[in-house]
Amino acid sequence: MRVALLCSRIRVEEKLLRHALQRRGVTVEVVDDRELVLDLAGPRRDWDVVLQRSLSQTRGLAAARVLAAAGVAVVNQPEVTALCADKLATTALLHAAGVPVPRTLVAFSAESALRAAEELGYPVVLKPVSGSWGRMLARLNDRDAAEAVFEDRTVLGSPEHSVFYVQEHVAKPGRDIRAFVVGDEVICAVFRESAHWITNTARGATTRDCVVTSDIARLCVQSARAVGGGVLAVDLLEDGDRLLVSEVNATMEFRNSIDVTGVDIPGRVAGVVIDAARGAQTMAAAG
Amino acid sequence: MCPECDARVSVPDDVERGELVQCPECGVELEVVALEPLRFIVAPPEEEDWGE
Repeated sequence: MRVALLCSRIRVEEKLLRHALQRRGVTVEVVDDRELVLDLAGPRRDWDVVLQRSLSQTRGLAAARVLAAAGVAVVNQPEVTALCADKLATTALLHAAGVPVPRTLVAFSAESALRAAEELGYPVVLKPVSGSWGRMLARLNDRDAAEAVFEDRTVLGSPEHSVFYVQEHVAKPGRDIRAFVVGDEVICAVFRESAHWITNTARGATTRDCVVTSDIARLCVQSARAVGGGVLAVDLLEDGDRLLVSEVNATMEFRNSIDVTGVDIPGRVAGVVIDAARGAQTMAAAG
Repeated sequence: MCPECDARVSVPDDVERGELVQCPECGVELEVVALEPLRFIVAPPEEEDWGE
């Protein structure tokens, strides 16, 4: 079995995934997305499956689309990755699936975004519709801040920055929850704790094991199904005794969650990748 | 050798192409672009669409 590990850089996660696959007898080819040339008339087919781990969402998604169109199995599937890269699309789908999400309004000009913020009541959170690691997140505590940031995004930002995704501020207790979903199972979860309101480990938050309650499990599986399923990390906010889903990530980082949970996350991901390859082989044999 | 300051850069035994290491002297982030012989470039800055 041959697996291509598509990446931009070798992070700790990519090393762990490669080792996990090799331990299971899989041949792994590490493919640097910057060096890849894909022929749309017939991209390489000697890979049974591609594990898409590009740091660059644009490159990862583009490569995944070409490969998937040519019949190569890709984890995660490009449709899922595209949805997760778009907070607006994700939140809309979660909402439609009946998953509780923070109240979110969308507006397309500084003036209408201000109306949205006033309707929610301050503080509000402004998020870029695409973006990771907590970049460009803004908590707007009052009308003065909102006016300034909305104007900045309009004048200095790209057209995408004028899609104003304005969300109620959830007064979470100094932490959020990240749950790891593999297929239809929540394999583990961590609390991400930080004194800062942005609780992202890329921004210095620390992790602690979080027991997967039946509520967490149900919401995460529901969220994963809503975006098409696969290997996903679901972020949840505690709002009093309510749980709200804030986002779903398709190329998750997990280095800080293995030791604290005691769960072999890369091993579980490798299992899914191998299953996807077997599925593709069976389809090819039948087809 | 660090391409920025010429310092000797040591790497872990299981170092891989594409991995990031830091120069112990000037602190710059380096990307391993070749293993034998070991070669580094100054790592390209984080791009806007990078993330999870």
